[in-house]
Amino acid sequence: MSKLTDILQSIRPESDFTQSSDFLEDGLLDSFDMVTLVSSLDQAYGISIDGLDIVPDNFKSIAAITALLGKYGATE
Amino acid sequence: MKLRFQGKRITGLLSVVPRHEQSFVEDMKLFNFPEARSRKLMEVMGYDRHRLVEEGVCVSDLAVAGLQHLFESGKLAREEIDALILVTQTPDYPMPPTSNVIQGRLELKQDLFCMDINQGCAGFIVGLMQAFLLLEQPAIGKVVLINADVISRKTSPKDRNSYPLIGDAAAITVVERDPEAGVIHANIKMDGMRREALMIPAGGMRLPHSEQTALLEDVGDNNLRAQDHLRMDGSAVFNFVQVEIPPMVEGLLEQGGMDIDAVDWFLFHQPNRFMLQKLADKIGIPHAKMPMNVVEKYGNSSGVTIPMAIVENLRGPLLAQRFQVCLAGFGVGLTWGSMLMELGELGFCDMIEI
Repeated sequence: MSKLTDILQSIRPESDFTQSSDFLEDGLLDSFDMVTLVSSLDQAYGISIDGLDIVPDNFKSIAAITALLGKYGATE
Repeated sequence: MKLRFQGKRITGLLSVVPRHEQSFVEDMKLFNFPEARSRKLMEVMGYDRHRLVEEGVCVSDLAVAGLQHLFESGKLAREEIDALILVTQTPDYPMPPTSNVIQGRLELKQDLFCMDINQGCAGFIVGLMQAFLLLEQPAIGKVVLINADVISRKTSPKDRNSYPLIGDAAAITVVERDPEAGVIHANIKMDGMRREALMIPAGGMRLPHSEQTALLEDVGDNNLRAQDHLRMDGSAVFNFVQVEIPPMVEGLLEQGGMDIDAVDWFLFHQPNRFMLQKLADKIGIPHAKMPMNVVEKYGNSSGVTIPMAIVENLRGPLLAQRFQVCLAGFGVGLTWGSMLMELGELGFCDMIEI
């Protein structure tokens, strides 16, 4: 399992993130989980995600989050 | 709007907090939500404990207790007060103004300018602006600014969006003329188009309180709330803060001809730790210069959090030293404002529990 999937599972252990293309729409994450996720990503990758990037579209799927991490020079 | 004041300064600060403290761990039992997820939220947002008034306690009770403490300790003389400004969203009554209630309960003189202002998280900035304007009048030599809210009484305990972060408190700030005081730069903006981002929908004339408005409804994410309660669109507020506040603070520094290094303390409204950290990172403010510890110890008490941050973190040094400070408040209205000033050598800077 990747570092990113580990982080997602630690926030919502009951959710299967590999089966969804829109975590928020499908109810796998809510807005508070998104805040927890940002904080976890900041810590795990040594970055500070800009507040303006904290929008649902950037956290809706593994691909979207990976693209966001790429913007900050963070890779799996 | 850019504003500029001169020859005025803050000469004393007192925070008043209710004795009753409730922990986030206790709050968690009220939420219809898994404990593990609540605990993660606690770490990220900085929730730990908050101060809440007992049932029936009103804004004027906090204010009167604080002013009585100042009178009895000789830090303020009642006859010196020429104007009393109260900034609150939770007045004792729809009418009369709660500032008049405070005047009456303390038997203050009739030659007094009383004024209520309905403002929230930018209320310390708005109140200070009003105090400085009143001090332009020769008849007014000392203004008492009171920021106070008992917002827990308008918040659903079953709303995880808002209940864990709110707190009740009051702050009393004495503002006076001082010919030697330097220039105070300030700015303020408001946007009523976004008024519904933070709102208590019922209880006014538009939607009077009724049995219907008191009914708890499932508003999503397992949160229960009535129309009588505080409603906060967390995502909209977060976005508002991240978009509007950095340029406001940068504009203020430019207005004052200063950079971040020249400012000793950035004393901002305290919504939650996560939002403040993101704001500090975006503006480039070292975290050590921006206290973020008010929500975890006392809760977010709207317009009281800036004076609370000052008293909690700087009460000792401010009695003897002067600091260059940047204040910023942002919230309901929407309203956002900031102020660059020298603060210090205060006659008093303290906190009491009632």
